[in-house]
Amino acid sequence: MALQTPSQTVGPYFAYGLTAAQYGYDFDQIANDVLVGDDMPGDRIHIVGRVFDGENNLIPDAMIEVWQSDIKAFGRMGTGTDPKNRFHFETVKPQSLDGQAPHLAIIVLMRGLLVHAYSRIYFSDEAATNAQDVVLNSVPQERRHTLIAQRHQVNGHTEYHFDIYMQGELETVFFDV
Amino acid sequence: MENKRDWSVHPPYLHPGYKSTVLRAPSKPLIPIKHTLSERTGPVYGLDTIGALDNDLTKNGIKNGEPLGERIVVAGRVIDELGQPVRNTLVEIWQANAAGRYIHKVDQHAAPLDPNFLGGGRCLTDNEGYYKFYTIKPGAYPWGNHPNAWRPNHIHLSLFGNNISSRLVTQMYFPGDPLLQYDPIFLGVPPKGRELLISKFTLDLTEPSFALGYEFNIVLRGNNETPFENK
Ligand SMILES: [Fe+2]
Repeated sequence: MALQTPSQTVGPYFAYGLTAAQYGYDFDQIANDVLVGDDMPGDRIHIVGRVFDGENNLIPDAMIEVWQSDIKAFGRMGTGTDPKNRFHFETVKPQSLDGQAPHLAIIVLMRGLLVHAYSRIYFSDEAATNAQDVVLNSVPQERRHTLIAQRHQVNGHTEYHFDIYMQGELETVFFDV
Repeated sequence: MENKRDWSVHPPYLHPGYKSTVLRAPSKPLIPIKHTLSERTGPVYGLDTIGALDNDLTKNGIKNGEPLGERIVVAGRVIDELGQPVRNTLVEIWQANAAGRYIHKVDQHAAPLDPNFLGGGRCLTDNEGYYKFYTIKPGAYPWGNHPNAWRPNHIHLSLFGNNISSRLVTQMYFPGDPLLQYDPIFLGVPPKGRELLISKFTLDLTEPSFALGYEFNIVLRGNNETPFENK
């Protein structure tokens, strides 16, 4: 078997290559924070979050990618343009597929991460399906909450909050995918 | 078969020589996950994503003349662990200009910007997994990791492969670069994997009177398993 090409950090200067339009560079980008067109049926939702380091400092140079397999939609956003260093995605609520609770896969990249980190975003208003989910159930109970985005109603739309902690007491669960 | 990330070639999260890892590396062990539809699928991009000059960084940033520096060809093949080509997959790259300066707003290195060089590009691999870029050889640049720290010449690459599990973000280096032995990002890779990140100079890719050729082959995790198979 051929050896896998090793990973290296995305570094601090990915913006004009991978998220150029978001950061105002003269280049386009393959994906952004809106995963679906206006005509996509389903419950319109927003997912908003921040990324924290081991001293609870906001990380302003992370890049977050989300993959929603039920509708084959991909999003990508850096945390460097929002005044509060948030990422946000707009999509429709994922469906439950092959017995799993609704979720999005998430990839976290940043300066200081030599290998990207995989996690998942589940939803707080899916308690019954979450309780049956094979992946959630493989996570120690006391850490499951780090994978569950909390539902809020903000200005008439549904917003889920999902903060990512790289280290510490609240450290987000990352998977060996 | 679910090929895992091979930690005998990938860097660890925590590599204290690279200072930014200290507060950003996950500290708890990763939790193994059985692959489901989410891990067996991923975004697919077609030719409609690729602009005519997207794979030619010597042209895609031109404002009023040619970019300065040494023109190079960077090309190679993307395969999976069984040696099968990864076809029609997206390759994105970004890099500093010949003087070692990124156009990124937070890059404060006192080296000149090149008004005719952007430093970003993308292409798709062909039906046999081959890709090719034209660009300018990036310069080395200083960084604040430790006193007199310089990054070796490098090009950043981002690939998806067949699903999100084969996602790879990496950096390509150049043969014989004396800075490699001091670079904690490169040295974060276990010794067994390091040479896989160094491109090879080759006359086969060198275009007469135009550009030097560097070959960089990429192996993505996986073995082209059927995407919807349920294990
Ligand atoms: Fe770089």
